[in-house]
Amino acid sequence: MVAPRYSTDWEALSLRLVFGALAAIAIVFLVGPTVIMLLTSFTASQSLRFPPDGLSLRWYAALLDADQMQAAAWNSLVVAFWTTALSVVLGTAAALGIARSRSPLARACDVLFMSPLLLPALAFGFAALIFIHRLGFAPSIPFLVLGHTVVCVPFVLRTTIAALSQLDPALLDASQSLGAGGWRTFRRVTLPLIAPGLGVGLFLADERSEMLPIHLWQQIETNLDVRTAAVSGLIVMFTLILMLLAERLAGLTRQMR
Amino acid sequence: MLPLAALFVKFFTDRFNYSILWDTLFLGVKATLVCLVFGYPIAWICARVSARWQSVLVFLVILPILTSVVVRTFAWIVILGRQGVLNQIALSLHLTDEPLRLLYTEPGVVMVLAQVQMPLMVLPILTVLSKIDPNLADASRVLGAGEWRTLWRVTVPLSLPGVIAGCILTYSTCVTAFVTQTLIGGARLIYMPLHIYQQAIGANNWPFAAAISVIFMVAVLAAVALLSLLGRKSESYGSA
Repeated sequence: MVAPRYSTDWEALSLRLVFGALAAIAIVFLVGPTVIMLLTSFTASQSLRFPPDGLSLRWYAALLDADQMQAAAWNSLVVAFWTTALSVVLGTAAALGIARSRSPLARACDVLFMSPLLLPALAFGFAALIFIHRLGFAPSIPFLVLGHTVVCVPFVLRTTIAALSQLDPALLDASQSLGAGGWRTFRRVTLPLIAPGLGVGLFLADERSEMLPIHLWQQIETNLDVRTAAVSGLIVMFTLILMLLAERLAGLTRQMR
Repeated sequence: MLPLAALFVKFFTDRFNYSILWDTLFLGVKATLVCLVFGYPIAWICARVSARWQSVLVFLVILPILTSVVVRTFAWIVILGRQGVLNQIALSLHLTDEPLRLLYTEPGVVMVLAQVQMPLMVLPILTVLSKIDPNLADASRVLGAGEWRTLWRVTVPLSLPGVIAGCILTYSTCVTAFVTQTLIGGARLIYMPLHIYQQAIGANNWPFAAAISVIFMVAVLAAVALLSLLGRKSESYGSA
């Protein structure tokens, strides 16, 4: 950093200003709705209203008695867990096969695996339901996991392919010429290098697990339950705690190294 | 075979149908562009701040997808309504004389879609940006290129795979986002997912609903294939 920078200082400043301003506007719009949601979840009144009339924790307390909601939350967790496990294995395998190949078959597979993302979740849900019925099965948790996996794989696939694109093929050649087998190369070289991309894909895939738009639509038309706001509030706080913990752990491992 | 063909003929002979298709595809383009213009700077800043600030920023970016879609949409109605937060700010700052119509308009839908799908744009770009060798940007600066030139000629081309991945994900989720489009757009702004829903549930015309689903899927597929093609081009550019 001894370069002749005095001539470009204005440019650096303008870039930072423009990018900073754009990011600041975006952050305000990203955070605004969540702030409003959090404020309303502490309301003391019967319905979702903004600004809330008085503050209380009554809707969070109401969650403790909501058996149906608790059961639904547990089911979602189970489905999310298995969907995540399946999507990461299948999505990564597909990404490894597709990313470096230029054959038309790989391209066709890419399009095929992406296609569930291109249908409205609604149309996909209808079709999946009819398909399962035609096969003579009733909808159950395993089918729910399968359905979600089909929709989640595209997220893992896209982000992993993007991460793979920055992976230097020379590293793989080096590992192989040093005598490591294909599996060992994958485990020791490819996987650590693409791990961040994989993580992102997984995270985004989880978001898609909300696949009951019709039900939700009817819900918002008939009754806006403050408890749904309280649930969202809990999820936000839970994630915040998880991220703080992860940050702590990451800091610890950095110190140990 | 014949009834199927008849369904497709029915779709393409009615102007109403393909104006909906076109509106939906174009809505996706607008929302994706908004995501890109605002999302790239966030990812760019994320990639160069300390680890702690990076996790703070990432947390703010993923906030929208942590909340229930129903409640999030309610919050947006509070923000965009005639007496909404945004209008009150605009009026008190004397930016407008009368309340703006945001709810049930396309700009409103684009704004909400962009907010909801922003993580899909920012995270893939951030992943690729943080993998780029920082020496390359330094080299560009030492060789006399200014910050803007370095951005356009070095950073942006190298991050294209992430940008393309982000665009594919945001585009396909924006055009298929039933709940957001319907609740913020209202009943007068009809996009393909609502059209499919109305045909299936409202008119009970399941075959036609299935036919327009297929037409819609093929149309979005064409858009995504185009983006993928650009992505493959950019990958070879990045490694060259």
